[in-house]
Amino acid sequence: MNHQAEEPLWEVFIRSKQGLEHKHAGSLHAADAEMAIGNARDVYTRRMEGVSIWVVESKYIHATNPDESESFFDPAADKIYRHPTFYNLPDEVKYM
Amino acid sequence: MHSEPTNTYKNYLVGYALHLADSSLIMGHRLSEWTGHGPMLEQDIAITNIALDLIGQARNFYQYSAEIINSENSQKKITEDDLAYLRDSFEYKNLLIAELPNGDWARTIGKIFFFSTMQFYVYQKLIQSSDQQFSAIAEKSFKEVTYHVKWSSDWVIRLGDGTEESRNRMETATNCLWPYTGEMFIPSEFELNDKNKITVNPAGIKDDWLAKVKSVLAEASLCLPVDAWMHSGGKNGNHTEHLGYILAEMQFMQRTYPGLEW
Repeated sequence: MNHQAEEPLWEVFIRSKQGLEHKHAGSLHAADAEMAIGNARDVYTRRMEGVSIWVVESKYIHATNPDESESFFDPAADKIYRHPTFYNLPDEVKYM
Repeated sequence: MHSEPTNTYKNYLVGYALHLADSSLIMGHRLSEWTGHGPMLEQDIAITNIALDLIGQARNFYQYSAEIINSENSQKKITEDDLAYLRDSFEYKNLLIAELPNGDWARTIGKIFFFSTMQFYVYQKLIQSSDQQFSAIAEKSFKEVTYHVKWSSDWVIRLGDGTEESRNRMETATNCLWPYTGEMFIPSEFELNDKNKITVNPAGIKDDWLAKVKSVLAEASLCLPVDAWMHSGGKNGNHTEHLGYILAEMQFMQRTYPGLEW
């Protein structure tokens, strides 16, 4: 029996009560999106970890290739002029 | 052993509380038998979560029962544990469907679906109870049961509208369980004569229950089982042969080592 085809892998993202964004919580198998959400609720929110759940089939997540890390990310390391560090932020601005 | 309160009003409160507690406890206990044996990890966790929810509901109702009984009895004070672990099967007032064996996954899903749909409508009405404790317990339990109904409905639909094997298993399950559903709507003495609007007469929720069951079975492309003779007696302490074995297992530790604590 080909379980892989019948029960694909899903990535689970959960937003906590105080949070702003959905954080990656783990992954699970489910036959369809509704079951995936139900499973995520049962597996990942037992201890009131969240108030909102997103599920995405793992195959739809595209990631960077670790071999390309150097050319992708190193050049940004030494470009101080890109950081807005020369401004004074008012105290009221909380999320910058 | 405890004595039932002599005050008839309190007696009937206790009777109702014990009925609700016993049904939840026995149902929860049966579901806990799936622990470690679920077909998939996520379903193992789901079903044990449901079992825990039910046992939690049972505890609330047992604690309330103990409180009422103790208010009548000045000598020996009892706790929820006395009620759960030291009553024999003829004192238990649970619905018969709760004590039936789990069977295969489809059979268990069927049990949960029929049972939690009944609980949904009972708790929904019980929230309006003039008894504050019943109302509070019902409000909390209603949220849990709403999820149980959704979860089990989704499974009934997927099994019914699935492969040929899953369909056959789900159909066998609903047919075998059907004779145990009629009991849910037969009021016992503690659910009748409610001038004070405390308890819920289950006869009043039968139409809602049937409508929900019909719609889910239809979506699952399953036939509604044919109405025939219905089993009953659970609320009066007349149980199937299964309850004895359940209690023997569940009560063994407390009866062998009285007063045992963790």
